[in-house]
Amino acid sequence: MLRNYIKITLAVLWRNKFFTFISLFGISLTLATLMVATSLADHTISPQYPELNRDRILYITGIKLYNTQKGEFNAGGLSPYFCNHYLASLKTQEAYGFGRNGDPINTYLNNKKIALVSGFTDEGFWKVMSFHFLEGKPYSKADISNAEKVVVISEKARDDYYGTAATALGKDIVLGDDHYRVIGVVQSNPPLNNYTSADVYFPYTLAKEDWNNQDPRGSYRAFILAPSKAAVSTVQDEFYSMAAKIPLPDKDYDYQFIGADTYLTSFVRAVFNKGNVPSKTGGTRNSTGMTRFFLIIGGLIFLFMLLPTISLININITRILERSSEIGVRKSFGASSRTLVYQFIIENIILTMLGGVIGIVLTLIVLHFLNASGWIEDVQLDFNIRVLTYSLLFCLLFGLLSGVYPAWRMSRMQIIEALKA
Amino acid sequence: MLQLQNIEKVYRTDTVETLALRNINLQVDKGEFLSIMGPSGCGKSTLLNLMGLLDEPSKGKVVVDGKSTERLSDKQMAHFRNQSFGFIFQSYHLINDLKVLDNTELPLLYRSSASGQRKKLATEALEKVGLANRANHLPSQLSGGQKQRVAIARAIVGKPSIILADEPTGNLDSTMGHEIMDILLHLNQNEGTTIVMVTHDETMARRTHRLVRLFDGSQVQ
Ligand SMILES: Nc1ncnc2c1ncn2[C@@H]1O[C@H](COP(=O)(O)OP(=O)(O)OP(=O)(O)O)[C@@H](O)[C@H]1O
Ligand SMILES: [Mg+2]
Repeated sequence: MLRNYIKITLAVLWRNKFFTFISLFGISLTLATLMVATSLADHTISPQYPELNRDRILYITGIKLYNTQKGEFNAGGLSPYFCNHYLASLKTQEAYGFGRNGDPINTYLNNKKIALVSGFTDEGFWKVMSFHFLEGKPYSKADISNAEKVVVISEKARDDYYGTAATALGKDIVLGDDHYRVIGVVQSNPPLNNYTSADVYFPYTLAKEDWNNQDPRGSYRAFILAPSKAAVSTVQDEFYSMAAKIPLPDKDYDYQFIGADTYLTSFVRAVFNKGNVPSKTGGTRNSTGMTRFFLIIGGLIFLFMLLPTISLININITRILERSSEIGVRKSFGASSRTLVYQFIIENIILTMLGGVIGIVLTLIVLHFLNASGWIEDVQLDFNIRVLTYSLLFCLLFGLLSGVYPAWRMSRMQIIEALKA
Repeated sequence: MLQLQNIEKVYRTDTVETLALRNINLQVDKGEFLSIMGPSGCGKSTLLNLMGLLDEPSKGKVVVDGKSTERLSDKQMAHFRNQSFGFIFQSYHLINDLKVLDNTELPLLYRSSASGQRKKLATEALEKVGLANRANHLPSQLSGGQKQRVAIARAIVGKPSIILADEPTGNLDSTMGHEIMDILLHLNQNEGTTIVMVTHDETMARRTHRLVRLFDGSQVQ
């Protein structure tokens, strides 16, 4: 049966070459756009250098303090004290680290300014993240406690400062007003890695701030590495029961929340759940905003697909009317309405799948050019199995959305009318 | 085999009501070759369509093989059409996108039969109408007479109990017409297929067992 469907589909598509061209053009363009978006999204949330353990890292991006009486809240980062005091106590973790990044720092080479991005971290940061050291090694716990003036720089910073592929290990670098010694060079960390990207990493004890203050509030983010993907929720549980015991730092607030989230959730919570007070009884994970996030993403995809879907529905209806005699004949010889609905939906899915294949080719071309153009710094987008799976799902969804209504309409045609037309 | 009881058919449009058939009582017996004649617009096609469950009567009922077909579901109707009837239309109604062989096997698609079996039966049916050598042609590559022979092959491939033919020779010249008629007669005599045929042609009608005349929606003979 499926072979017959494919046969007639191809015959019909071949007969109406113009219609076929227009449909395939629309479908493949729509799907290619979605696929490129999917590839970007996939790149953003899947493990990427140097966050290769992203699927077993918990991101603690900050602390939120609420005044539930006044309905006010205050959000900010964490202090080194919080990390060293509270995170260190977690037994189920493999390691933890913390850092902050993003502040610009300048250096000069022959009076030419080189703009760099700074990062401040502890030594655990290097254990949680999987940096590739081209030279040297990270700073140690001793370096941190002694506030040694050492830095780990990125390949990009090294190339800018010392010249491409020059050795930098042990050399002096002037950053801001001070001299530092380079103790490591790492493969550059792309800016897309919001939490960890920097050109120069300093021991956090070099930051101009009081890092012995016992207030949990500060400017750092913490990262906990679970021993395995399966252990993530165990670590999360331990974290939350520990966090519940942390005293409120400020009597202006009556509730605090510190979330330990997986990568995607950490973003979603930041964007979609800004002001919600998490329920005290319902635990701490029920307010991530993930549901809203998926609804919004789904809604956007739906809106984006709406127009092409409607136009494909229109084309389909016209196309089906052209085939009313065929419908009449098939019904006369025993096709039930339902069988015809199946036939036309399958035909439409075959069409969208064809469009999908073209879309995949288009996507590969677009990704190739995106990667080659270096439009997104240090990022190589790829079209992996996950992206392919999602793309095929989009095709299927598209095929169903645009096929069901026309198929249903045509299946209801009266035989006599259909034969007359 | 096939009974029409007190059939009435009214076509309603927004403005007019046409009484296409009134008080028709007709019985078709197994193995019979029945022809229906009458002036244009008298309701011949309407009658044939009701017999073949392509349309539903406004009143009365159609009984096929002793089973009333009133209030059947879409699926059950489809099953009846598939099992009991083979249609031949005046304007052939072949599916232009499909090759002759694929057109011929159409009724078998809606049964559970394997592809190989379908091809075999379709080829046999085409052999019966003398067109086995055109199996891989498209309908557009055939003459009118050949198209009608494909339509006959399609009608008989599923070995239905009744063949319903609405002016099968209407679009053909008389030589072609008689060729088609020969095939139908052969089917009726040698395979015992029951046939009901609408025709305008007295000479064709004379070659059948029985003639029913309609006039303005009523049976006059
Ligand atoms: N779908 C329809 N809507 C309204 N009236 C119809 C419809 N189909 C047929 N009629 C009317 O019903 C009557 C019978 O039509 P029918 O097609 O059965 O005639 P016929 O005997 O087959 O004529 P012909 O010899 O020209 O094919 C005609 O008056 C026709 O106008
Ligand atoms: Mg007629």
